[in-house]
Amino acid sequence: MTGASSWSFREEDATRIGALLNSLLREANARTALLVDRTGQMLATAGEEPQFDPVAFASLTAADFSANDQLARMLGENEFGALFHQGDKDSLYLADVARRVILVVLFDNRTTLGLVKLRVRGVVEALSALFTAMFARESAGEVRMETGFVGEAEDEIDKLFGS
Amino acid sequence: MSLINYASREINCKLVYYGPGLGGKTTNLEYIYEKVAPASKGKMISLATETERTLFFDFLPVDLGTIRGFKTRFHLYTVPGQVYYNASRKLILKGVDGVVFVGDSQLDRMEANIESMQNLYDNMAQHGLDLTRIPFVVQYNKRDLPNAAPLGQLQEALNPGWPVEDPARQRALVDPNRPGEMLVQELDGGWVERVPYFEAVALRGDGVFDTLRAISKLVLKTIG
Repeated sequence: MTGASSWSFREEDATRIGALLNSLLREANARTALLVDRTGQMLATAGEEPQFDPVAFASLTAADFSANDQLARMLGENEFGALFHQGDKDSLYLADVARRVILVVLFDNRTTLGLVKLRVRGVVEALSALFTAMFARESAGEVRMETGFVGEAEDEIDKLFGS
Repeated sequence: MSLINYASREINCKLVYYGPGLGGKTTNLEYIYEKVAPASKGKMISLATETERTLFFDFLPVDLGTIRGFKTRFHLYTVPGQVYYNASRKLILKGVDGVVFVGDSQLDRMEANIESMQNLYDNMAQHGLDLTRIPFVVQYNKRDLPNAAPLGQLQEALNPGWPVEDPARQRALVDPNRPGEMLVQELDGGWVERVPYFEAVALRGDGVFDTLRAISKLVLKTIG
């Protein structure tokens, strides 16, 4: 067993992921694509700027996916690899990426669920390969912030939370 | 698991408030939400039952501001305390960076405290995490109630200390929050470590920020 670990998301990761998400949006005619880490943190967004609070959205997405994972296990399934939430105007399609990340596609009636599903499948494969490589890189060495970070952060904590 | 996002220049850390039902976990978050400057807090989300008992979790993001070019944010979560919501509790612990155990000081809640602490160890272990190796603090809430147990009794039951095996850590360490008390000390020929603990009356805010300050500093030390 271990203590908590950290991982990092680099500029070049963001560029490659951004390109994949933007091509997905074009091909699926969807509005916004978001990548959320399974612990509830937003990693990347592409397409139309979301009109909701992205931090809260990420937290709820991770909880939604985790709860459904447990439901899947109760049915004897390994997982539900994808989820669909249908609204009157806007809908969400969520897909697992490498068991660590969730791809969320927000779309409206300018496209169809079938097309979104079809395009997501291809992108999930490419994203999975990318994230698997990223996680392998992280496990090779611990992620640390530069010297001086902790001192400054402690000052901010004292200011914000009272000393 | 803290995430350092070099692309968006953000650092996010996940703190989880754990403990028995009706112990004051949500009250801690509500007080923080009420007192933190509006610019530093996000939307608080509570997935609760109709009777306001936590069903899945409460969530509150708190921004520390930009430090060395990185927007630093803590994600505060509570878990449902009631015994039968264990599946939800376990899910929330995924990727946790620091844990606050909110104990209920009342004598008749001692058993519930112990059961919840044991459940915390077990659920962490199922995520492959060792509670003795991650940032962890204990808060004894409801210190104002007449049937509150003495601190010594609570410490003995919930924070008795664990053996320190690593020779590098076998050195006396004073509790910075409690002069005269030790976090690491030699006892009967062996070394033991306890986690920092705080007294609180969360309803009126006593001890709430002391606890939050301690756990957030411990978490940031792990990435700096």
